[in-house]
Parts: sequence; C-alpha cells; structure tokens
Amino acid sequence: MVKSVADARAGPRCRGPQRAPGAATIAVFATLALTGCSGGVLQPGGPIGAADSKMLLDAVGIMSAIVVPTIVAAIIFAWWFRASNARARYRPDFVYSGRLEIIVWSIPILVIMFLGGVIWIGSHELDPYTPIASHTKPTEVQVVALDWKWLFIYPAQRIASVNELVVPSGVPVHFTLTSATVMNSFFVPQLGSMIAAMNGMVTQLYLEADHPGDYYGESAQYSGDGFSGMHFTLRAVSQNAFAQWIAAAKQSGPVLDRNGYFDLLRETQNVRPFTYRSADPTLFEAVATRQLPPGPGPYAGNAGANVRSIGGR
Amino acid sequence: MLGKLSWNAIPWDQPIPLIAGSVMILVALAVVAWIVVKGHLPYLWHEWITSVDHKRIGVMYVVLGLVMLLRGFIDAVMMRSQQAFAFRAAGYLPPEHYDQVFSAHGTIMIFFAAMPLMIGLMNFAVPLQLGVRDVAFPTLNSTSFWLTATGALLVNLSLVIGEFARTGWLPYPPLSELRYSPGVGVDYYLWALQISGVGTLMTGINFVTTILKIRAPGMSYLRMPMFCWTALAANLLIVAAFPVLTATLGMLILDRYLGFHFFTNSAGGNMMMFINLIWAWGHPEVYILVLPAFGIFSEVISTFSGKPLFGYRSMVAATMFICLVSFMVWLHHFFTMGAGGDVNAVFGIATSIIAVGTGVKIYNWMFTMYGGRIRFTTPMLWSVGFIVTFVIGGMTGVLLAVPPADFQLHNSLFLVAHFHNVIIGGVVFGTFAGLTYWFPKAFGFRLHEGWGKAVFWLSLAGFYITFIPLYAAGLLGMTRRLQHYDLALWRPWVLAAGVGILVYCGALACQLIQLVVSIRRREILRDLTGDPWNGRSLEWSTASPPPPFNYAVLPDVRGEEPYWQIKRRAIETQQLSAEPDYQPIEMPRNSPTGFITAFFCTVTGFALIWHIWWMVGLGLVGAYAVFVWFAWRDREEYVIPAAEVASVDRARRRARAEWLAQDAREEWLAAHPQPGGSA
Repeated sequence: MVKSVADARAGPRCRGPQRAPGAATIAVFATLALTGCSGGVLQPGGPIGAADSKMLLDAVGIMSAIVVPTIVAAIIFAWWFRASNARARYRPDFVYSGRLEIIVWSIPILVIMFLGGVIWIGSHELDPYTPIASHTKPTEVQVVALDWKWLFIYPAQRIASVNELVVPSGVPVHFTLTSATVMNSFFVPQLGSMIAAMNGMVTQLYLEADHPGDYYGESAQYSGDGFSGMHFTLRAVSQNAFAQWIAAAKQSGPVLDRNGYFDLLRETQNVRPFTYRSADPTLFEAVATRQLPPGPGPYAGNAGANVRSIGGR
Repeated sequence: MLGKLSWNAIPWDQPIPLIAGSVMILVALAVVAWIVVKGHLPYLWHEWITSVDHKRIGVMYVVLGLVMLLRGFIDAVMMRSQQAFAFRAAGYLPPEHYDQVFSAHGTIMIFFAAMPLMIGLMNFAVPLQLGVRDVAFPTLNSTSFWLTATGALLVNLSLVIGEFARTGWLPYPPLSELRYSPGVGVDYYLWALQISGVGTLMTGINFVTTILKIRAPGMSYLRMPMFCWTALAANLLIVAAFPVLTATLGMLILDRYLGFHFFTNSAGGNMMMFINLIWAWGHPEVYILVLPAFGIFSEVISTFSGKPLFGYRSMVAATMFICLVSFMVWLHHFFTMGAGGDVNAVFGIATSIIAVGTGVKIYNWMFTMYGGRIRFTTPMLWSVGFIVTFVIGGMTGVLLAVPPADFQLHNSLFLVAHFHNVIIGGVVFGTFAGLTYWFPKAFGFRLHEGWGKAVFWLSLAGFYITFIPLYAAGLLGMTRRLQHYDLALWRPWVLAAGVGILVYCGALACQLIQLVVSIRRREILRDLTGDPWNGRSLEWSTASPPPPFNYAVLPDVRGEEPYWQIKRRAIETQQLSAEPDYQPIEMPRNSPTGFITAFFCTVTGFALIWHIWWMVGLGLVGAYAVFVWFAWRDREEYVIPAAEVASVDRARRRARAEWLAQDAREEWLAAHPQPGGSA
C-alpha cells in the first residue's frame, strides 16, 4: 500500500493489463491490445469492475471456442467448394444428415447451457444491490440525477457535491440513486456496474475503488440536450484524505436546503464541480418519494422548434 | 386557425436543415415537373401509384426504402463527423440539432429504410414463390404502402417545418413527455409511426393470410421455399407485435395531448411501463427485420451452391423457434434498471437461447455450401460476408445478454456496434443480396456484377473500419449519443470510425454507378429466359419481368424445389412440358384508394402534430369517405382474355425452347456419356 499522493492524483490511471487476453479472444478484442493503457472496463479499479470484466472475458472465451472455428470453417467451405475448383467433389444430394443435424443442434445448445449457468451465477453474485463483503462499513452516498448534472449527497457527513464524487479507497461505497428529472444511468466504467436513476424510484449500487485514483464517471442514459456534459470525476482517496476533504467542504460553498435545491433543479449544462457546505439529510427521501416536484424541463416560451434550454452556468 | 404553426416553425437560423430541406424539396419538385412535362404522369398514375400488383408495390417499397436509406446514411455521416470534430470542442452541430440527427437516424433506418426494404422484397417475391397471382388483399397492400410513405413524408417534413424528436429513436418517457419535450418533435415521431404502423400491421395480416391460405396447388407448408417460411414468421411477429407498439405510442399520445399520466413523473405515472411495452414490440421487431433476411440468404446460398438447402426442416424449426422465443427476451434491453438477479438471469438465459436457433441456421448454410459448386456472384458474396459478420454480431449480442457484462456495456458504443453489426451484417447485407438476386426478375436485366462486387467489398471494409473501433470505444466506457467529449482515450477510435464512414461513402458512389451502368447496358445484361441464376424456386419459371398475372397457368407443385424438378425434366427429355390449355384470368383492378387514403392521413397527421383541429377533422372524414367509396365499388376485377394469356406465355415458351436447344443441350451432352456421374 505504498502509494504516493501524487501518483494517486494522476488522472485515470494506467495499471497495465491485469490479464493477458486469452488465445481464443477474437479480433474484436484483440484490437484492444492496441490501446495499451486503456482505462476502460477491461482495466478495472475495484472488485465489482474486476468481477464484471472477468465475466465478460469468460463469456467471450466460451463463445470464441465455437465462433472462431465456425468463421474459419465457413470461409474454408466457401472457398474450397468454389465452382472453379476441380478438386472439390460436387455433391448436390448432400442435403440431409441425421448425425450432422444432431451435432448442429447440440453444439449451440451445449454452449448456451454452459453459458446459461454462467449467466445465472453471475446475475446473482453481481446483482448491484448485493453488498460488497468487507470489514469496514460502507460509505453512504445518495445520488440525484438532475438536468444535467449529478448531485451527490453524503447523509452521514451532511455535505453534498455536484459533478464531483470523492470516496475513500478500499472501502465499499453504497449508492442509493434517484432522479429529479428524466432517467439517467450512473456509471463509472473502471469501477464496474452501472445502474439506472429514475424519478419516483430508488435504485442501489455497491462499488469500491481498490486504490486512490481519479476515475471518469458519466451518465450512460441519454437525457436531453445537456447530456454530453453530464460527467463527473470519481476521486478515490485515502481515508485520511477523505476526512480532510469533508472538513474542507464544510468550510465553504452554498447550503443545500429546499431553496438551494430548487435553484439546482433548473436546466443547466456543463456544470463545474462544486460542494455544498451543508446538505439537508431529508432531501433525498423527499425527491425520491416525489414530495418535491421534478425538474421543470426546458424553458417553455415557444411551442415550436425554438424551444431551447436556458444556457449553461 | 393554424394551431401551433407559424413562420417561426421554419428553422431560419439553422443553415443545415434549411439547405438540406430546400434541396430535398427542389429535387422532389424537379422530379414532379419532369414527370408532368414529359407526360409520364398518366403512366405513373395508372401503372404505379394506383397499382395493386404485388410486384409493383414491392418495387415501390424498395425505392422508398433505398431513398430513406440514403437519408439515414447522411444522418450517420453527420453523426460520425460531429464526433470526429467534437473532441474538447463544440463541433458543428449544437446539441439540439445533433439530438435530432441521431433520433432521426434510428427512426428512419428502422421504420422507413429497413422495414420497407424487407416488406418490399417480401411483396415482390413471396407470391411468386408460392406460385400465385397476387396477395390475399391487393388494395389493402397498396394502402399499406402509401401509409408507410405517409410516415416517411412526415418524418422528412420535420426537417423544414418544426423539429424532429430529440429523444433517441425510442422516445423514453419522461424525456418524451410534454414537460421535457414541449416541441413538436416527439409528435412528429408519434404520428409518423402511428400512421405507418397501421400500414405495417395491415401488411402483416395480408401476408399471413396469403401464406396460410393462398398457395399454388400442391404447395404444402413443407414445400414452401425458405423465404416464404421466414416471411410467414416475420409477419406473424408483425401481427403480434405491432398492436403493442400502437397501444404504447397511443398512451404516450394521450399523455401529451390530453393530460393523461401513464408515463409521467407526476400523478403516479411510471415510465418503466413504457420501456417494458416498447421493448415487448422492439425485440420482436429485430426479428421481423432479420428473419426475412435469413430467408434471402437461404435462397441465395442454395441457388449459387447449386444445391437444395441443407436441413430444410431443421431450418423451418429454427425459424419458428426464433419467432416464438423472440417474444420472451425484451427485458435484456434494461438489465441496468435493477430488476434483481432472478429476473435478469431468466431473461439473460432466454436471450442466449435464441442463439441456438441462429446457430443452427448458420451451420445449415455452411453445409449447404459444403459439397456445392459455388458461383461467387454478388448475392453470394453478400451471403458469405453475412455469415462471417453476423456470427461476430451474434457473439457480442450473447455477450450483452450476460447481465454483469451488460452492466459495463449497456448503452455504450459497444452496444451501438453490436446492433449495427447484426442489422448491417444481417438486414442490410440481406437486402443487397435480395435486390441483386431478384432485380433481373423485376426488371428483366441483371445488375452489373463488377460494380456490385465493388459495393460489397467497400461495404464490408466500411463496416469493419467503422464498427470495430466503436466496439473498442465502448469497452473504454464511451457511452452513446455524446454530442461532445473530453476523454483523449476515445479519440483515436472515434476518428477511425470516421474513416470507416468515408469508405462507406465509396460504397454508396459505386452503388449509384452500378445502377446507372446497369440501366445503360441493359441490353447486354438482358435476362431472356427468366432464369438468369439457374434458380430452383418457382419465381424463375416465369418470364422476367413476370406478366401481371405471374403465371399463365398456376404451377402444379409435386415436391420441394418445384421449378428445379421441372427444369431437370425438361433437360432430361430435351423438351418443354406440353402447352397448357389457356383460360381467361381474372385480376384485381387498380385502385387509387390507398393513395387517396394516405393523402388524407398525411393531412390528418400533420394537423395533429400542429394542433390544427379543423384540419384533423377534414383529413379523417376524407380518409373514411375514400374507404366507403372503395367498399361501394361494383367492379372488383378485370379479365385478361385467354388469347392474350396464350400470346404472353408462348413468348416465354419460345425463349425457353431456345435455351433448351442451346445452353441446356451442352449440359445434357456433357452429362450423358456417363449418366449418374453426378451422384
């Protein structure tokens, strides 16, 4: 665990490939080798991401075992039996073979049975609602998707932040999510599973960052004109640094009460990260249960093509 | 008076849609003017617009599909170029325009390119393959087409009057609700799809009826060509799925127009209901598109391998299996909504089970080639390209059916690459295989092979250069529908995809050249016998293009591949079958019902979009009046006298006799010194 702070802050980090791609991994995935230090879902930064991507590569491996030979055989058959090849035997009566039929049905069935088992186990083990086994208590973060920014409320610490998510590394984080507007999807590619955030509903997600570092986070569900700017940085920091960050956040910034929330509810684009020095701990509940009204939508001064959202901050 | 419509509806300040729209209008006006001035209008009206001939309607569907394919492709070029420019920059399309472009791209490609192309090919080929004279309800067929054209017209109208939806091709609420999309964009989407959806449903009913009830004597179910089976499966899916779409969009319309709250954020609305319902239609829709393509590949691979389809009954079983299971998998489109392990696992497994049916098909196509004598014509190249490409797309599809993998890849460019992989690799390749294959049947001359092969190779290269990078970008966490982005990580892949689209532009150029070259050299490319590919199913037994009645005498089917048997018998005996006893033929009369109904539906749709209520009433009354007027008709059919039938068919028989005396004679001579040599 000897990691310098400077190293920890060096942006989406390069840890080198954790797993050599299997020999059977086909060209689609081989192209990824070219990316080197990628920072995508195959470069996981935590246990959920690692398990997700392991499942992904396993499934590719299982399927490649028949897909690659199938492609090769298709090309060989087509080429060998070309009309100009005098050595190929023309067998116009070869139209049925019971044995081949059995094989033809069995191969996909067997593969899918095997893969079905993988799917069953994976869906349960990696259900986003399942807590991560850990001896430390998870950090609670409440996430509210807004037009077009992310609000992160830390109920225990009574602070909140927008478009910036700071969590302690090595500790599971328990997210509860809702939306004050249309559907969005909370996604930090390197940490693993995404989950939808929907109005009037609460979803949950457990993630953990193994080491300090900056991870790119985004909305993975298109939500309107400001969608492209709706990304954030997840900063995983040491426990000490996390406590320092909390303390610093409490010193400055606006207050997230109901009025502050209504201010935030309006459509804004490409919002720079900032923190609230205090946050109403009942706010999330009030949004999720629709006690507070949803976002007002675009500025509706005109009915036709010219309905535009009000500009960015 | 004009509802929400005003001069402000035209995007005066946005040069791109304005110029694009003006060019489209000018081209349309120029074409109309040329038709009128040259005096082609009566011909067009009598022979095409009012035609109830399934072949003509099929051709019109294909033309509509190709024009819309071009429009959707231009949208694709705009999206790829926008993303190429928009790295830490704004690009040239602001979000409110870019969002319309990708929504229109998806909507147009699925509803107004892929669907018309597939329905067009089914229209053209299915009755011919079944050995009959037309579909069950010819005027309904014409109405279906014109309603589809209405939808396409409304979507394109949104380019210059108002705006199109900014919600993506499936307008997920609450984004598509009035609160978040107050403009007319979503309304354009809704009414275009409601109107064309009625047309599609009628097509489904028409074809299910035709295939189940109207077949040539002796054409039992298990003697039908594979394309008829896949058409049957696809149309059963249409009949079952399209009402779901209509109902779902109907509920969204009630939300938007009458203050209902099915899917709103308020008053107990639940947007998840929409997402479930839309995918209950949306997943079968994928198979509505790809099953007919499977049928085309079956025909093409069998024909050009010089063999019957391997494992025909297995293929039928696999087709119907896919047809059934495709209704049980819709939830895989939203694994990330947090439904829980059990639900996700069940739908994940159900989804991967579809791959069994597809896998069986792939192997049967391969064994059809095995032992064949393969002629690598353009349709065959598309088919082999399809097998290789589709297998990759299928694999990435099953990968996305594994919920933990989907948790990382959902809505990413990996997903985008996957569905383009199966839709381009399956549906588009199938369309081009089918177009090249049946073109000589429709027009009497083949398409130019050299330019056709250039289109194939450039499309294949363009596909891989565009979408393999998008797979990579998706694995790097790049989500779809980004108008701009800041991550340097994604940039090389986005640029590579941009290069791919340029290669595609080359394919488009070759395609246009191919059409021009083929038309100019049509005398050289002429198909005299009606059987240019040494075909096996009935459509090749009639002339190219077929007479309006298709067959002078309905074929008597005595087994699978009836035409192949007839042809072998003719070659063996060195003579045609005896001249039949020609009878007069009754054919349905042409009718402008479809065109006029669709005209009034266009008026209604446009008026509904802009809340011009008096015009809504006018349109509805007009459409209903046309229907009543049609129902009151007293002459439904006209008779083609026996003498005319005889003269048309004798011309065909002369061409066949010539072929028998020349080309087939050589084959016979080659085969007969050692009979049984081919066994």
